[in-house]
Amino acid sequence: MKENKTRRIAQYGLLVALALILSYLEAQLPVFFAVPGMKLGLTNIVVLAALYGMGAGSAIVINLVRIFLVSVLFGNGMSLAYSLAGGLLSGAVMLLLKRTQKFSLLGVSVAGGVAHNVGQILTAMVLLQTKALGWYLLVLWISGLVSGALIGVIGGELCRRLEQIKRKEECR
Amino acid sequence: MKPFKLRKADLILFAGVLAVGVVLAAVLLLRSSGGSAAQVRVAGAVTASYPLDEDAAYTITGVNGGTNLLVIEDGSARIEEASCPDGVCVHTGRVRRDGQSIVCLPNQVVVEIVSGAENESGVDITAG
Repeated sequence: MKENKTRRIAQYGLLVALALILSYLEAQLPVFFAVPGMKLGLTNIVVLAALYGMGAGSAIVINLVRIFLVSVLFGNGMSLAYSLAGGLLSGAVMLLLKRTQKFSLLGVSVAGGVAHNVGQILTAMVLLQTKALGWYLLVLWISGLVSGALIGVIGGELCRRLEQIKRKEECR
Repeated sequence: MKPFKLRKADLILFAGVLAVGVVLAAVLLLRSSGGSAAQVRVAGAVTASYPLDEDAAYTITGVNGGTNLLVIEDGSARIEEASCPDGVCVHTGRVRRDGQSIVCLPNQVVVEIVSGAENESGVDITAG
C-alpha cells in the first residue's frame, strides 16, 4: 500500500514536470501560426497519457496542477483564464468520450484538441466582448483537429513507453 | 503492440468535425463582403472607427499603455507594429472582409472590419 502511494506520487511529479517542460518548449516556438490562440497543445500529451495510463482522477489532478503552475511560471491572470477554459473543456470532453468506450485514444485526442480551441475562443468572446471571432473559430476548429491527431499519436506513444505506467495495455 | 486501431466512432467523429468546419467556412464566406471601416475597441469599448478607403496610419493605445500601429492601405487594415512581445497581431496580416478582425490580447485591442450598415454606437445590429 505504502509503495503504491509512493509510486503514484512519483508518477504525478514526473508527468507534471513533463507538462511544464512541454509548456516551456511550446512558449519558445516562434509564432509561425498567424492566428492568436493557435497552439500545438503539447501539454495535452501528458494529460492524455495520464488519462489512459493512470485513470480519470489522476488526469484531472495533473491537468489542473499544470494549468496553475504554467500560469504562475510563464503567464498571467489573462492566460490563466484561457488555459482554464481550454484545459477544462478539453479534459471534460476527453473524459466523457473515453468513458463511452466507443472511441480510440486518437479519436479522444482529436475531440480534446477541438474542444480546447473552442474553449479558448469562447473565453476570448467573453473577455473581449466581441462576436467577430468567426474566422478564428474556423481556423482553430481545423487546427484543433490536426494538432489533436498529432498529440494523440505522441500521447499514446508516451503512455506506452513510460516505465512508471503499468497499465500499458490501456494506451490505445 | 499495434499503436492505433481506429474504430467506427472515431471515423464518425473525424467526419463530423470536418463537416462542421466546411459548413462554418461556407457560412463565413457567404456572409462576408468587403467592409467599409476598421472599428477599434480597447477592453471591449469602441474607441474609434476609421474608413478603409482612406490610406492612413493611427496609433492605438491599449491597456497598460501598450501601443499598436494600425495602417490602412488599399482598402485593408493591418497592424504594422506593436508593443506586445508575441507580435501575433502583426502576423495576422491584412484584414478587409466584413467581420474579420485583428486581436492583440496583451493590449486588449480588437480591430474589427465593419460594413456601413453598422450604426455609430458600434452596436452590431445584425446580431439583434
